[in-house]
Amino acid sequence: MSKISSQKVCFATHNLSKVYITGDIEVHALRDVTLEIYEGESVVLLGPSGSGKSTLLNILGGIDRPSSGHVSFRGLDMTARTESELTQFRRQNVGFVFQFYNLIPSLTARENVEIVTEISSDPMPAADALNMVGLSERIDHFPAQLSGGEQQRVAIARAIAKRPGVLLCDEPTGALDSKTGVVVLDAIARIGEELGTTIAIITHNASIADMADRVMSFADGHIVDIKENASRAPALGLHW
Amino acid sequence: MRLAPLDRKLFRDLWHLKGQAFAIAMVIGCGVATVIVMFGTLESLRATGEAYYERYRFADVFAPLKRAPVYRAADIAKIPGVSEVSTRVVMSVTLDIPGMNEPAMARLISLPETGQDPLNRIALREGRWVNARHPDEVIVSENLALAHGLRPGDTFGAIINGKKRSLNIVGIALSPEFIYAIGPGQLMPDDRTFGITWMGRRALEAAFDLEGAFNDVSVSLLRSASEPAVIEQLDTLLAAYGGVGAYGREDQISATFVSNEIKQLDTMGNLIAPVFLAVAAFLLHIVVSRMIDTEREQIGLLKAFGYTKWEVGRHYLEFVLVLTLFGIALGIALGVWMGRGLTNFYGDFFRFPFLYYRLDFSVMAWATFVALSASVLGTIYAVGRSVKLEAAVAMRPALPVVYRRSLLEKLNIIKNLSAPTRMIWRHLMRWPARTGLTVLGISLSVALIIMSLFPLDAVEFIIETYYFKSQRQDADVTFVESRKSTALNATMKMPGVLTAEPFRHVPVKLHSGHLTERVGLIGLYPDARISQLLDSDLRPIAVPPEGVALSGYLAKRLNLKRGDLVTVETMSGKRPEARMPITAVVKQYIGMSAYMDASALDRFMREGSVISGVRIMMDQNAALDLYTNLKNTPAIAGITLKSTALRSFRDTLAESIEISIAFYLFFGGMIAFGVVYNSARISLSERSRELASLRVLGFTKAEVGYILLGELTLLTLAALPVGALLGYGLAWMLVLGFETELFRIPLSVSPSTYAISMIMVVVSTLVSSAVVVSRINKLDLIAVLKTRD
Repeated sequence: MSKISSQKVCFATHNLSKVYITGDIEVHALRDVTLEIYEGESVVLLGPSGSGKSTLLNILGGIDRPSSGHVSFRGLDMTARTESELTQFRRQNVGFVFQFYNLIPSLTARENVEIVTEISSDPMPAADALNMVGLSERIDHFPAQLSGGEQQRVAIARAIAKRPGVLLCDEPTGALDSKTGVVVLDAIARIGEELGTTIAIITHNASIADMADRVMSFADGHIVDIKENASRAPALGLHW
Repeated sequence: MRLAPLDRKLFRDLWHLKGQAFAIAMVIGCGVATVIVMFGTLESLRATGEAYYERYRFADVFAPLKRAPVYRAADIAKIPGVSEVSTRVVMSVTLDIPGMNEPAMARLISLPETGQDPLNRIALREGRWVNARHPDEVIVSENLALAHGLRPGDTFGAIINGKKRSLNIVGIALSPEFIYAIGPGQLMPDDRTFGITWMGRRALEAAFDLEGAFNDVSVSLLRSASEPAVIEQLDTLLAAYGGVGAYGREDQISATFVSNEIKQLDTMGNLIAPVFLAVAAFLLHIVVSRMIDTEREQIGLLKAFGYTKWEVGRHYLEFVLVLTLFGIALGIALGVWMGRGLTNFYGDFFRFPFLYYRLDFSVMAWATFVALSASVLGTIYAVGRSVKLEAAVAMRPALPVVYRRSLLEKLNIIKNLSAPTRMIWRHLMRWPARTGLTVLGISLSVALIIMSLFPLDAVEFIIETYYFKSQRQDADVTFVESRKSTALNATMKMPGVLTAEPFRHVPVKLHSGHLTERVGLIGLYPDARISQLLDSDLRPIAVPPEGVALSGYLAKRLNLKRGDLVTVETMSGKRPEARMPITAVVKQYIGMSAYMDASALDRFMREGSVISGVRIMMDQNAALDLYTNLKNTPAIAGITLKSTALRSFRDTLAESIEISIAFYLFFGGMIAFGVVYNSARISLSERSRELASLRVLGFTKAEVGYILLGELTLLTLAALPVGALLGYGLAWMLVLGFETELFRIPLSVSPSTYAISMIMVVVSTLVSSAVVVSRINKLDLIAVLKTRD
């Protein structure tokens, strides 16, 4: 516990709620969530679909806004930021990894990384980022020529190439088999260690929880449990 | 009635795609409207013209002559094929109209004492018929009356056979014979300086010492008659009476003008309508293909539920048909509305006494059929794919689109592109056919606008060539009868005349094999500087000392070239006939003529040195004196001032050109908008996931907008030069379509026409881009994270 509390706060939320209104139905996706995520830690947000974990990640990543409550990043309030401020926030601080990779099909692996490094202030060379995820050999392939796991690793390289403060991963292994998934998780874990990036991973797969410093369990829009792992298990040792 | 679920889907899909559907329907509508406007107007004008000719008994053959006794009319009536004969006295007079400095001319035509002549009747619009007991009563043509604000009760002066008389207007009339009234030496109608005036026959005969005689005869033909045979016999019969050659309706100047105007409408309609329908077919193909791509899972599901492939295919075909029918309905409504407008415009332009708006059901049926065929042809391939999709295959997601480096990238011709620019380039290169067709679509709108604007350039070019290079005189003075060349000296002595050059005009028939053309043979002096012949490079050349020079179009009509022999049959004086070599072919955009050295012509005619008129350069400061002098010179049959000729030339051509420009600017703009808007919407729908991903990754709206608009910009930029080229091609087709004996338009497209057309299309692109950009703001960033392609 002391290891974590001594660190600086990266994200902090206070009484964060999100209500979606579709037609006559109100959906409470998040209810009064208060939490802190620290610099350099790796957090797994665990829960079944509809439990609110994705909504939280979207708000932290600056692509959604809370209905009430507050959220801050490195001590600065994000709740009142304009849309273009949020765009700049994402551009400078956040690396996203999506369940379905969301690569640009018309760009090669290298170019998919470059499309982000071109607009960043202090990026690493695209080749280095791809090297970090073990894809040096496939650097000039188009997405359609890569396997799912390879595509996801390109997506990770794309996310980390701009040296973001935080890496937000939404079900990064959701579309992969376990063997490939483990390789992808290993890549994420190594990034955290080598670059000291704060990592938040969303999953409904409890087996992944062991690789995190902390595990926050979600149900019904609430955090129902926060568990601290004594040590992070190596990703390559996971299986499900 | 409950709609079947598929039909409900159809209407919801249409609603969902309403922007694109409307743009396509408008393009189809424009195609249909063009057909309806052009052919409806054409049909209406033909019907009105024919009814006008028939109701007022417009003659079939016309023959001017010097003087023949009235009883000769009976001989003419005996010519086989002749139905009715009408003799008249027709004279040219100089008018002195209050408030007008320049001399005006009129053709004075006799009216019978009671009733009307059997042929070439007039439509009295206002006032009454002339009274035989009042020889100074006249009826004037509506054109002349309107140009000078003349009303029944007004008077004006005229020099009739050397005597100045005051004429009283009692009526205003129209005549099918003078829908276009063109004076001697004039090229275009100018209602201010030339008009028609009708006078009682006895008064006119008395004024010109033609009692019991006539100098103009018209005949109508039996249905079975051969026009050339009648003309030949008429010429033979009238040769002794100074006949200058009978001619049919196709050589009657007003009838020729009207039929040329109608021919132009026909050309435009035939040229333009297919362009719209091809563009519409292409747009439908793109939209329906895209729709079937995005709906493949639904198609699979429908098939899994047990819908047959025909039911699925029919569903998409119905989508196309509903959209097309909507477009057709729009087009018919637009076409009828615009067609009525255009018909009314031409009705006023031609001054028809009545107007039929006739839209044949067959025109509508034809437009509908063609539009439906174009739509079905455009979409049959895409619909066929939906039919062929296997249920199981369709329900699996489509294989990812495989991109490659384009050839230009592989060859390192294109390098150092930013990643977004690379996305644009590869997306365009991934579907080269679609990219090509989109470029073609946009370029067609550039081309259409060029084609509609180019006639204005052509008019300016014609004016420059004809009035400033070839016919540089300030005025043409035509004498009543061919005068000895002493008349030149008399003209030279008039105040304000700086220099003068004589010319001789002889009516001739040129024969080459079975081809015959009736033209003027003009005698020119080799040292002429005011009026010059131009070679094909528009350089002045002297009239050849031997043989004849033909204008290019005349040579083409007679199928002759330089060095060939042509038979020249003269229609006046001793009527000599000879075969002569063609020693030059000259460039002439207006009219058709043959030219000879004046001395050679004098020798050929065996009448000594004779001139028909002079071309003069005048001192503008002394113009008023000169006008007064000319007005009071009885020997003068006509005066054409360059300033008024230029004005009437511009007015006459510009008036009909401007209205078609308005039409095609609108239509061309619609095509550009339809193509660009659809292209942008399709691109947006294909790339919404990519673009939303980039937004999540921190791209600003502007950066994402660049990818979408960069593509449109590239497409548009590629389309501009292609459009310029196509526009030049369409202009060329128009040049061929507009070639008539009255004038030819040169293929000269000015840089400003290219520029204006391109700017119009760029503006159209910007407008549709703005509409699409607003959609980027609505990209759902969250949905994109959770959904697979």
